[in-house]
Amino acid sequence: MAKVKKTKDPSQKALTLKERRNERKSKMIDSRPFAEIASFKILYKSKKKKRVNRSKAGDLVLFIFLSLSGILSVLPLLLIINNAFKPLDEIFLYPPNFFVRNPTLDNFSDLGVVLGTSLVPFSRYFFNTILITVVGTVGHLIIASMCAYPLAKYKVPGGGIIMGLVTYSLMFPSAVTGIPNYMILNWFGLIDTYWAIILPVIASSLGLYLMKQFMIPVPMELLESAKIDGASEFKIYWKVVMPLVKPASITLVILNFKALWAADGSTYIYREDYKMLSYALSQIASAGPARQGTLAAVALIMITVPIVMFIISQSNMIDTMAHSGMK
Amino acid sequence: MNDNNVSTSIKKPSLWSRFRAWRIKKSIEIDHWSRKKPFRRKMYLNRSLYAMMAPYLIMFTCFTVAPVVMSFMLGFTYFNMLEAPRWVGWQNYIDLFLNDPIFITAIKNTLIIALITGPLGYIMAFVFAWLINELPQKLRAIITLVFYAPSIAGGAITIWALIFASDIYGYANAYLTDWGIIHEPITWLQNATYILPIVIIVQLWMSLGVNFLSLIAGLKGIDRNQYEAGAVDGIKNRWQELWYITLPNMKSILIFAAVIQISGALGVGAVTTALAGFPSVAYAGHTIVNHLQDYGSIRYEMGYASAIATILFFSAILLNRLIRRIIRKVGS
Repeated sequence: MAKVKKTKDPSQKALTLKERRNERKSKMIDSRPFAEIASFKILYKSKKKKRVNRSKAGDLVLFIFLSLSGILSVLPLLLIINNAFKPLDEIFLYPPNFFVRNPTLDNFSDLGVVLGTSLVPFSRYFFNTILITVVGTVGHLIIASMCAYPLAKYKVPGGGIIMGLVTYSLMFPSAVTGIPNYMILNWFGLIDTYWAIILPVIASSLGLYLMKQFMIPVPMELLESAKIDGASEFKIYWKVVMPLVKPASITLVILNFKALWAADGSTYIYREDYKMLSYALSQIASAGPARQGTLAAVALIMITVPIVMFIISQSNMIDTMAHSGMK
Repeated sequence: MNDNNVSTSIKKPSLWSRFRAWRIKKSIEIDHWSRKKPFRRKMYLNRSLYAMMAPYLIMFTCFTVAPVVMSFMLGFTYFNMLEAPRWVGWQNYIDLFLNDPIFITAIKNTLIIALITGPLGYIMAFVFAWLINELPQKLRAIITLVFYAPSIAGGAITIWALIFASDIYGYANAYLTDWGIIHEPITWLQNATYILPIVIIVQLWMSLGVNFLSLIAGLKGIDRNQYEAGAVDGIKNRWQELWYITLPNMKSILIFAAVIQISGALGVGAVTTALAGFPSVAYAGHTIVNHLQDYGSIRYEMGYASAIATILFFSAILLNRLIRRIIRKVGS
């Protein structure tokens, strides 16, 4: 008996494995009759040809236009990169060189010297920016998505009004709320603290809007089954919904990062040791033409970080934007 | 002693258990209270959802809803942050339109910038997204980056100050002199005739932002089968395809992109400050936002500044409604 069982077991396993493999294969194989497939392919091809019913000349003109404007768009950025590596005599050269001839790292070492002699150690500005960016980004991601989940998946009383307000808030420039914001922060005693920069960004509405739109297609069955298993709403949001909306999370992070990284915060913060990186760097610029090279080095550092982040997350951002439509 | 202790502990429950008992009692009370009206009941049953929404909603109210209401109300007062606001009625608005020539200049500049960069930036974003859509995946990613990079690279604006520097070492001057177009350097950003065009160029350069990405996504999301069906139905060229299939299919995305574009175009202010300084020469680059900053954060005339903010708010909302109405008609 035991012997039989032993031989039977692996064979059964092999069978199931085989079965599974077959099943998988049969899923990949088109089950339609051959003639139908063939005719469909022919039809598809002919339609495809018809779809590309466009003139070669039109294509050419449009793509020349595209590449020209692409070059125009990227030229200033290229200039920053080149200037960052130019020695000072090459920056002030007539006739000018667009591209660097003798690349050096002088500008960066100059930057080090300038920052070494500043009133507050440079690492302090850097720390401020990193802290504000991280807290603001993570805070916005958690708080906005926590609010987006009920709005997207349940009919909460008042939800319509809230979404209406959020949509309206996308429509006007942020300068409208600038002065009352200052007054409100002042009442709370938050002027001259990190919170003065972080809190308004956490409350920004674009992130909430995008997150809510992205959550709408999450299947309700998933949430219900989690609820039957006894999960609380917060647990469902954190364990079920959040992993599903990763592209939107990444988008929120990028958008907020972009806003906070470039913020100089000088309207809300007066204490020198609380100021941010981009403020410190703009002070370098004000020292005059001799700092032109250093300035380019600074600009290069400032633009590299967000651009690299965008390169990594591009497809996620576009996935998110696919749901951004507004009625 | 020991017995006594036990008995007291039974008589007097601990703070925690008293709190729990209180909470249960309270929740039963609220439960009864909520039964009286259906809306109340619904809110009570969804209380865990409201708890999740609360942090954002509180902050949103503090930093978006309340400021709009406040600036609307402060617009009717004289307020300098030191004394209590004094009601002046429509005086701020009358002053703005009748006694403040700089505000009229600011409106004019803002309108010029918005009317050029708004529609042009929007069309540019759409055309680029549309052309990119037909490219293979890798190339598309690279070109998307090329167009989107200026708007995400916040520090890049300094390079324009160098390009349009007023001496011979500014790149615009140097190249134009080198090619023999001009004979002496032009003081671009100190010359009232050139400030506005330069601001418009830079603004356009930076305008392919979130709206551009959403347009790309919208175009990508259109079902390919529709084009095939359209080709069968007699659509001849790409323009017809655009008008009859593409645009109607992405109306909602078009509206979203327009909303972002409008608030960007009306909110121009940081660019003019970074390029032409504050205030710019002869107020040639002075926008409504600059005027608002002038009165709000320099002169501390908060009532007056709030009136400007209110005007900006209502013009943005009105413009949005108008543009939405137009876009809804597209392709029908």
